[in-house]
Amino acid sequence: MFRFLSLTGRYFLLLKKVFSKPEKPSVYLKQTMFELFNLGFNSVGIITVISFFMGAVITLQTAYNTENPIYPTYLIGLGCRDSIILEFSSTISALILAGKVGSNIASEIGTMRVTEQIDALEMMGVNSASYLILPKIVATLLFNPVLTLLSIIVGIVGGWIAGTTAGVITSEDFIYGIQYAFIPYYITYSMIKTLFFAFIITSVSAFQGYYVEGGSLEVGRASTKAVVFSSVLILLFNVILTQLLLS
Amino acid sequence: MIKVKNLDKSFNNKLVLNDINVSFETGKTNLIIGRSGSGKTVLLKSIAGLHEPDEGEVWFDDVLFNKLDFNAKKEIRKEMGMLFQGSALFDSLTVEQNVRFPLDMFTGKSLEEKNERVNFCLKRVNIINANKLFPSELSGGMKKRVAIARAIALNPKYLFCDEPNSGLDPVTAILIDELIKELTEEYSMTTIVNTHDMNSVIEIGENIVFINEGIICWEGNKDEILHSGCEILNDFVFANAMAKHLLTPGR
Repeated sequence: MFRFLSLTGRYFLLLKKVFSKPEKPSVYLKQTMFELFNLGFNSVGIITVISFFMGAVITLQTAYNTENPIYPTYLIGLGCRDSIILEFSSTISALILAGKVGSNIASEIGTMRVTEQIDALEMMGVNSASYLILPKIVATLLFNPVLTLLSIIVGIVGGWIAGTTAGVITSEDFIYGIQYAFIPYYITYSMIKTLFFAFIITSVSAFQGYYVEGGSLEVGRASTKAVVFSSVLILLFNVILTQLLLS
Repeated sequence: MIKVKNLDKSFNNKLVLNDINVSFETGKTNLIIGRSGSGKTVLLKSIAGLHEPDEGEVWFDDVLFNKLDFNAKKEIRKEMGMLFQGSALFDSLTVEQNVRFPLDMFTGKSLEEKNERVNFCLKRVNIINANKLFPSELSGGMKKRVAIARAIALNPKYLFCDEPNSGLDPVTAILIDELIKELTEEYSMTTIVNTHDMNSVIEIGENIVFINEGIICWEGNKDEILHSGCEILNDFVFANAMAKHLLTPGR
């Protein structure tokens, strides 16, 4: 319990350091642009592939589990749309990004710590926490909603292609289904979750990397912890946010 | 001048530095020597503010550095340069960007002016035609020299070098030592070098502090070190073949 409180306190102290006034905003802006590419744009590929297959599987499973003349087939499209918007594109994508981006951040910052690059920044009078972590947080907060939107679109397209190719639904029914009883608030809900998850992934992973002590073994452990802690917190906040936003 | 008064530092209840009192003079190459694990790096990092001392004072000229708040410390740190044991160059930046980094961060100079300063610093440490290389493409000696160029980019008043010769061949090590000594005199810096290399002691040791198990055992210069009455220091000094050779009768 003491260790948990100590870690939590340390995490919030790090955040305080991260959100202090930047030394030179132009340098931070340049760094943020770099991170947008490094953490955001570089994740487009994996999100596209996973979302496509996720959408395809959701459509096929919905079709095979609702094979009943009572149910109209357009419900397959509706089920695919709502599952993707409400849960898969925000939460599953966040879990995948926790693995990809989270481990990247923890190992990058951890390696900088054990090779004294963070000490070098501190020696120059640079707020190392802010310089290294703030651009990553800003970049993921800006780009992860774009990734979620992309995931929604690609997921639905994946569902449509899989459904029509497998012959479980016609193209017209699927398109009617994804338009039927659409609630725009679901998109807002998905975006709010994405922002929370982006912050969790970046800050928790950076925290794990920033306080590494030792060598490459410890950097590896920090990287693993970053993924595990981020994933658990994403799932926990998923429950909390769902209750708060949909109840 | 840097003064350390009654400095204590411990980790996990183990006392690493015990009541350290020492002064480091301006314009001289001050050496902290001692065996591995004797507390040299902890002392250097405590002076530089990378470790918070448990007790004691660290004075940079007339400023009590270790009692300053975060922002005031940041201002003093802009006057410091440090050469780390592993060079600590930023992996994602080229040689040029590494040296330009402190200029980007703390000056309002134009890119042209900054590049001029970068080229001057790199030329001063004899790094030529390597501006666009990344640290992974450099040899150990080149990395050290680039790290020195980065450390002097802002004309620091204080220069700290942690084991500048570690991992270098003897010829390159001497070149690095000479470079540190020349720069110290040229910019009239207060330089502190941490080392266990006796060659460095004999080459550049103007002011030497010997530390053993967290306690300062001896202070003097390179002429006095070979004739000190300190038994632990003699064990350290004469473990090195070159020092033995220098004391050979008839030499």
